[in-house]
Amino acid sequence: MAELHLNIGTIAALPKAQLDTILSRLREKGYRTVGPRIRDDAVVCGPIAGLADLPQGLTSVENAGQYRIVPSGNKRYFDITPGAQSWKQFFFPPRVSLFTARKNGNWNVEKPSEPAPQIAMIGVRPCDIAAIKIQDMAFMRDDFTDPLYRDRRKNAFLVAVNCLHPGGTCFCDSMGTGPKAGGDFDLALTELDDVFILEIGSEAGKEIVKGMPLQPADASLQQKADQGLAAAREKMGRRMDVRDLPDLILKNLNHPEWEAVAKRCMSCASCTLVCPTCFCWDTQDHTSLDGNETERERVWDSCFNPGFSYQAGGNTRPNTRSRYRQWLSHKLGSWKEQYGVLGCVGCGRCITWCPVKIDITEQVAALRKEARS
Amino acid sequence: MPAPCKTTVAVFKFSSCDGCQLQLLNMEDELLALAGAVEIANFLEARRRVLPGPYDVVLVEGSVSTPHEAELIKKIREEAKILIAIGACATAGGIQALRNRADVDEFARAVYPHPEYLHYLPKATPISDHVKVDLELYGCPVSRAEVLEAITALLQGRKPNLPQHSVCLDCKRNGTVCVMVSKGMLCLGPVTRSGCGALCPSCGRGCYGCFGPQPGADMNTLVPALRALEKDPRETARLLSHVTGFAPAFAQAAESIFAEEKKK
Amino acid sequence: MTTLVATNRPAAVSSEDLLSPSWAEVVDIKQEIEKTGTVWLRFKDPALQKAYTFAPGQFNMLFLPGYGEAAISICSDGEKRDTIGHTVRFVGNVTNAISRLKAGDTIGLRGPFGTHWPIEQLEGKDILLAAGGIGLPPLRPVIYHILRHRAKFGKVILLYGARTPSDLLYTAEFEEWRKADIDIQVTVDRADDTWKGQVGVVPLLFYRYRFDAAKTAVMTCGPEIMIRFVVFEALARRIPADQIFVSLERNMKCGQGSCGHCQLGPFFVCKDGPVFPFSAIEPYFSVEEF
Repeated sequence: MAELHLNIGTIAALPKAQLDTILSRLREKGYRTVGPRIRDDAVVCGPIAGLADLPQGLTSVENAGQYRIVPSGNKRYFDITPGAQSWKQFFFPPRVSLFTARKNGNWNVEKPSEPAPQIAMIGVRPCDIAAIKIQDMAFMRDDFTDPLYRDRRKNAFLVAVNCLHPGGTCFCDSMGTGPKAGGDFDLALTELDDVFILEIGSEAGKEIVKGMPLQPADASLQQKADQGLAAAREKMGRRMDVRDLPDLILKNLNHPEWEAVAKRCMSCASCTLVCPTCFCWDTQDHTSLDGNETERERVWDSCFNPGFSYQAGGNTRPNTRSRYRQWLSHKLGSWKEQYGVLGCVGCGRCITWCPVKIDITEQVAALRKEARS
Repeated sequence: MPAPCKTTVAVFKFSSCDGCQLQLLNMEDELLALAGAVEIANFLEARRRVLPGPYDVVLVEGSVSTPHEAELIKKIREEAKILIAIGACATAGGIQALRNRADVDEFARAVYPHPEYLHYLPKATPISDHVKVDLELYGCPVSRAEVLEAITALLQGRKPNLPQHSVCLDCKRNGTVCVMVSKGMLCLGPVTRSGCGALCPSCGRGCYGCFGPQPGADMNTLVPALRALEKDPRETARLLSHVTGFAPAFAQAAESIFAEEKKK
Repeated sequence: MTTLVATNRPAAVSSEDLLSPSWAEVVDIKQEIEKTGTVWLRFKDPALQKAYTFAPGQFNMLFLPGYGEAAISICSDGEKRDTIGHTVRFVGNVTNAISRLKAGDTIGLRGPFGTHWPIEQLEGKDILLAAGGIGLPPLRPVIYHILRHRAKFGKVILLYGARTPSDLLYTAEFEEWRKADIDIQVTVDRADDTWKGQVGVVPLLFYRYRFDAAKTAVMTCGPEIMIRFVVFEALARRIPADQIFVSLERNMKCGQGSCGHCQLGPFFVCKDGPVFPFSAIEPYFSVEEF
């Protein structure tokens, strides 16, 4: 059998067991391999050594405020949609030390010297790839690059998995981010019943699969994948009408719906923290009793927190109405002017993980009613 | 630099289980530094020596539930430059405040052969119902980190940095799976003040609200969501009637459920 | 993207990654009025001090270990580069700790951050400065610039208001400013027995002047409510919205448009502001609690 000539863009059939080889090659190169694991009745991002660690034969049933794991009725590994956790935790950690100021005669600043972890992310959904690209824009701008984010991001290896089984709150199709990854991965997999279709996305990806028993993906396999993706588009649990989206929101900042949703929202901040694009952070200083040492930590923050907009003289956004409006008008409004894209990728996490079932797609629909244009 | 006159700290106990004082003893790593930084003037749980007041800082554990305590807290207030109420009992009445909704005389008759020897008040109440409290540190038990932060802040002459956000934020920062969404469990996390580090959800249990309602706790929204998950029609009200059940937001929410159920 | 104030501004010099502070020494600290003082700083590293330049209206993040960090605008003369001045109102943890500093003490500094008053683009114009309370310090570097280049500007008016006569800042300098033909009008909300000047809010002072709308530029800083009325008065006199510059205050933490706290619509006030042409923020500024 002639060996397949590998290039960026090469598509090949990969026997499922060979994923183990990919994982072990990644580990040989120093990567920690992380992928979907079941913990506490949900999928989380955990260490995976091989296929055996993946949630085979399972899928998730999702609705607003609800997530349940059920048997899928097949033997596929990647039929379960991600849980609340997204990959942002690895690039933009929920807690990370910025520096320690220490007084030893003079004050000094010591920065953490630990190198950024090298993580291979297995099973990154196309919506989450889009989310990573969006956070790249926020943390790696021309005028400011966050060194903590950049170092973690540079060290990552992304294995995308195209989505053949979208969840009940998914709407990536509406946002144009899925169910197929358009790029920005090292390797991408599409899982059929007995084989993966592998796409090479980068030189690093090519390097990893070099010499593996790859077969050309014949037309019938590719057709099956395409059919699966087409069916996935039809199976999206939610849709969002994105027509004239920044304008719709920004011209309706006094819409009565903001007051209405404020009555159902608790400002608990869950939506912003499970959102894979939300990037807001705060600092916390931890000071020793003698005052000679202060560690500054960066932590995830949320525009729903009471202290978020506090300043001398009062709170800019003193209530849930103004906080919810800030979140949505940023995500689906002003984000576009900041970064050229909307801040929503249609992953549905904010819907699933809202304890009181607020649905961003319904909120947009509600704003459309009686909207000023 | 040795201060000529160290800040004096005294700890007093009212109706409580001593758990918050134990948290102080459990500081281990920091306790020595603390003992070096301040003068522990009165802390019976830790040492027998008692220095007379007045004290710079007084930590008060427990709620006021007897006539004697109601008098004592006033005297302690007079001896305290800064009075800090620590823990759920001192800030919200504690578990003993469960009696506030019932007839405590009836309890006394049912439990004790000679209830006439008991001296109690009809209600167990937080310290702030009796005297001016300068700072409240919540929790059952209180958070060691928050006690240390409060004392550090006092020593440095600044306001302490204490969290105001909900437990949800901590769960998400910890990567803990939401028990309400994934298990359909009742959880007070969305309206409860952070401070415990979201301990219960990390063990697969709903939040009991030990740190009490966060400022602006939205009970009107959470209660119907919890009631939709109930297996028993009083489950939510019972969850709210726990160690911080006498905190106004929780007490009112629980009472309206009890009233609603009675009507049925 | 909406047109903002020119972006060719001095960039932060302290700390290569902008997230941690560099150390500066307190050269002097001087009480100005009750609960407000000016702290003069110099980087401990002479190379940093040499590299440090700022434009009028920019701010620094001042860090006091144990107390935290606060955004403070720079109030000193941009041409006098041996020290950096900050007039601070002592109201919070950080600023109260600043009030207790003495010459020789150490403080952390990051900056300068933000946009600046576009003073160089306004040459040939009449300049109206409107400041309320602690809103004067960020405008003082503009005044210093005008003093140095007085001939390049037309009429220059400073309208300044404070709560009471004893809340007025920099009054010792007013005479020198007036000598340079800066028309200073001062007003207070509440007079005391000694006060012989005007009583009332800053926007009321507009009635004393006739403006050549096409030739006038406005720069204003102070409480948001004052800014609203100053802008209202300026627009009513047909001064174009893109010639009205406002400096906004928001909760600023990182100084580089990363942490998200200071957002106003599409703008990060710390990076796209604090100085904005009113035309840019108009749609958002009018929305309550936004």
